[in-house]
Amino acid sequence: MKVGVLALQGAFARHVACLRALDAEAVAVRTPEQLAQVDALILPGGESTTMSMLLESSGLFEPVAERLASGMPTLGTCAGMILLGAAILDGRADQRSFGAVDISVRRNAFGRQVDSFEADLDLAELAGGPFHAVFIRAPFVERAGAEVEVLAVVEDHPVLCRQGTVTVAAFHPELSDDLRIHERFLKEMG
Amino acid sequence: MAASQSSHDTGTTSVKRGLAEMLKGGVVMDVVDADQAKIAEDAGAVAVMALERVPSDIRRDGGVARMSDPEMIEGIKEVVTIPVMAKARIGHFVEARVLEALGVDYVDESEVLTPADEAHHIDKWAFTVPFVCGATNLGEALRRVSEGAAMLRSKGEAGTGNIVEAVRHLRSILGDIRKVTQADSAEVYEWAKRLQAPVGLVQEIAETGTLPVPLFCAGGIATPADAALVMQLGAQAVFVGSGIFKSDDPARRGKAIVEATTHFQDAAIVAKVSRGLGSAMPGLEIDGLETKLADRGW
Repeated sequence: MKVGVLALQGAFARHVACLRALDAEAVAVRTPEQLAQVDALILPGGESTTMSMLLESSGLFEPVAERLASGMPTLGTCAGMILLGAAILDGRADQRSFGAVDISVRRNAFGRQVDSFEADLDLAELAGGPFHAVFIRAPFVERAGAEVEVLAVVEDHPVLCRQGTVTVAAFHPELSDDLRIHERFLKEMG
Repeated sequence: MAASQSSHDTGTTSVKRGLAEMLKGGVVMDVVDADQAKIAEDAGAVAVMALERVPSDIRRDGGVARMSDPEMIEGIKEVVTIPVMAKARIGHFVEARVLEALGVDYVDESEVLTPADEAHHIDKWAFTVPFVCGATNLGEALRRVSEGAAMLRSKGEAGTGNIVEAVRHLRSILGDIRKVTQADSAEVYEWAKRLQAPVGLVQEIAETGTLPVPLFCAGGIATPADAALVMQLGAQAVFVGSGIFKSDDPARRGKAIVEATTHFQDAAIVAKVSRGLGSAMPGLEIDGLETKLADRGW
């Protein structure tokens, strides 16, 4: 099993390091050829507007959409959550998303950088106590469809969701010294 | 449905350095008004630096360069959804407090503005907003980290369109990091003395082989190839000051620099995006400069 990390911009190197710490094979994905080589994909944190532009200019938007439609296991964190959702609130008018998870995501919903925070989350299905999560200019989910499982909330806003083979987080598991979310993602891939 | 969290901690080292992690692989663009800020966001900037004059104009005009007008910074915050940074003078902790109160996302304690203190930089640990600082060598970089900087950048020589100084600073910082990793435990103390840097930080570099905060490149980037060059040298993202809005076609050049920063290892893509961009900003020879901005800071 080879896990790709979308490496157009953002915290992709931290995801690669997390995967390698778990003995998974991890590669950076910047081209359609590289995407074709992987069995699963992580969309990292970063700027979702920049990534949207680069997904188009790098010829990756359609190939990623096709792989998502065929059930590729995928994890999206922060900007990744925004890109994988069905609707983007407070985004740019021309910003596209994949609609792989039936959620509406509000960008920068917790505020600007001075409001960025760390907090302990109780995660459904995750043994070993609370997960210490880092939220950076983080989004949250304003609407979750019936198919969506909500796995964690902050102030009643969903911040960790799953639909089918796609998991999305508003926070950054790649910035915590806690590999349980990556570990569970690898386990679910089988 | 899971239960809610306990408490929120803001302004922590993790969230400050965390935003710098999110900007990696991206381009931060200098903008002087809302129109330029929109062009920058459209071109794929990961953040904008709001300032009244780009460095090449500051250089031309002379006089004292200060923090920008809050009204202008707020105008830029209103039109973009990406992070907004702004510059405070070296040592001017009140300008930094004003920028924090305005809700800017990163403060650049910058040598491009006229220093306010000849001996002290800002105590950056005392702030909730994160800081980026310039450095020309590893000792300077580690002194800024010890004061609480959450991101470093090469100083380069701002406003010149000449990449040579940024290359020198990156090679100096990254070259010394490689040498420190070869030092034995006794030599680390000598390195700390030579660099005039806290020994704990030098020991950390000896063990990890990397700076504790992200290192970006600034100062002199004018072309997509410049951006790819500094990324290959080991910068983790780039700041472009005068290079975009002092060129013929800022929208196209901005997007081209963004693409070259992502695909910095792919010469075919850098070639493709470099075609037909019109004239780059006019460049300056370093030897002919009256003021070297990189000499500011201590």
